[in-house]
Amino acid sequence: MSVLVFAESQNGQFKKAAFEAVTYANKTAQVLGTDCIAICIGDAADAGQLGKYGASKVLQVNDASLNDFDSQIYTSIIAQAAQANNASVVVMMHSSCGKSLVGRLSARLNAGSAPGVNQLPTNDGSFKVKKNVFSGKAIAEIEISSDIKVVSVMGNSLQPEATGSDVAVEAFSADVPARRVSVKEVNKVQGSVPLPEAELVVSAGRGMKGPENWGIIEELAELLGAATACSRPVADTHWRPHHEHVGQTGVAIRPNLYFAIGISGAIQHLAGVNSSKVIVVINKDPEAPFFKAADYGVCADLFDVVPKLTEAFKKFKNA
Amino acid sequence: MKLLVCVSKTPDTTAKISFSENNTQFNEAGVQFIMNPYDEWYALVRALELKEAQGGTVTLINVGPATNDVTIRKGLAIGADDAVRIDCDPKSSLYVAQQIANYAKDNAYDVIFCGKETIDYNGSEVGGMVAELLDMPFISYASDMQLDGNNATIQRDIEGGKEVVEVATPFVISAAKGLAEQRIASMKGIMMSRKKPINVVAPLEVADLSTVVHYDMPPAKAECKMIDPENMEELVRLLHEEAKII
Repeated sequence: MSVLVFAESQNGQFKKAAFEAVTYANKTAQVLGTDCIAICIGDAADAGQLGKYGASKVLQVNDASLNDFDSQIYTSIIAQAAQANNASVVVMMHSSCGKSLVGRLSARLNAGSAPGVNQLPTNDGSFKVKKNVFSGKAIAEIEISSDIKVVSVMGNSLQPEATGSDVAVEAFSADVPARRVSVKEVNKVQGSVPLPEAELVVSAGRGMKGPENWGIIEELAELLGAATACSRPVADTHWRPHHEHVGQTGVAIRPNLYFAIGISGAIQHLAGVNSSKVIVVINKDPEAPFFKAADYGVCADLFDVVPKLTEAFKKFKNA
Repeated sequence: MKLLVCVSKTPDTTAKISFSENNTQFNEAGVQFIMNPYDEWYALVRALELKEAQGGTVTLINVGPATNDVTIRKGLAIGADDAVRIDCDPKSSLYVAQQIANYAKDNAYDVIFCGKETIDYNGSEVGGMVAELLDMPFISYASDMQLDGNNATIQRDIEGGKEVVEVATPFVISAAKGLAEQRIASMKGIMMSRKKPINVVAPLEVADLSTVVHYDMPPAKAECKMIDPENMEELVRLLHEEAKII
């Protein structure tokens, strides 16, 4: 028996997502009393570092032609590794890559699955995990009854824990199906923090009055190393790009700290952000529904408050 | 061009969420149901656009009981040609995907569309499952898709940006915002939808491997602590010392 975890890499580098996934898988293996084995696909260097996060063994299909993601190829390789290692649980992050894999792997292995879990499984004779449902308005507990289980883990559900040491990397030879999806280009917004992975998020809404006023938001975000986000009306009017839209029909996020600036807090917006650990709301309307979901509130004109907040953070950083 | 669009029925985005039977069932009392927005606004409309440009048929498929016909009719009113309903109680994602794949396998669809996720279960699994069961490529989170003959160029949303991929039909695609613009059913469309067929098909017997055993509401937030707008140093101090976030 084992817990197999897919550790995703991009351009030959492991991201925080890989360390989160391995940490989750290792803790799951401890719950089940078994070992955690990591599988990586592509030519990422230094795969042995996954041992620090709890992998007892790291398997790698070290082939640069596999660096570009394709759900069909990756599913086939991970399924072969799961079978070769008698895996009882297969873990991955609920990332753009993991979301394309979790369903495929479940179908491939004829395994029950739970996508986007945010807690470790129980060990009371049955395998149960929890995930947000109804876009964050409720939590479901899911029991998986098949011998093999597939789970994807919501980003920022737990912090990577590097308590172990590097382990040896074993080459894993798999039958690789022919590639049917070719990646032509990847366009990433340079220098910014990707929203779904961000620990700190500065989000703004219609209270900003227009796209030309976003400088104060970007300044605060840059100072904090935070991602920027926005509400749906802001994305719909093209004040900000669509990928910044958080909420029920946008991205659901769970950062450690979410600043909601000039956002009233419609139920659809709250659904996408109410898993944030701490919410700070800045709004001049004392009746804004967002204050009910906030931990800290500032009721004042955002154009006065945000620069003052940025100054206060600067002082804090320099202290 | 034969296009299949997987559509799901979900509670309206503003519906009040509550549970019954000792928090094991979603409480449907008083809840307005809609077609899952990603299925309707983006997946279905992009399929209709392709049909309008190149000819072909757009078929809806839904896994669910007869009460879902109202939702399916809405898709027919927007412009789908016909619909299939697999007559059963939709259980897990894999159960639903097995029903869809079982129907689709003999019908040679060029593209199978679904939404990127449903707004109730938020699983984003069914598309990938259908693709795996039919041995097809799966392109998720598509925000743009152009088709030239059998070759598609698809832009998909990834962390912090976009990725552009090429793939040949047949394939499964999941639709994100941007793939198309929402359409409203016309009066004529609504009239015509009444004559369009919904073929009811018996389900395939398959085991259910995962089950929701319990629902909870998110833990209630403590009272919001209001900070003096003139004292942002205090907010920073609280975030550091009390919330321990920075």
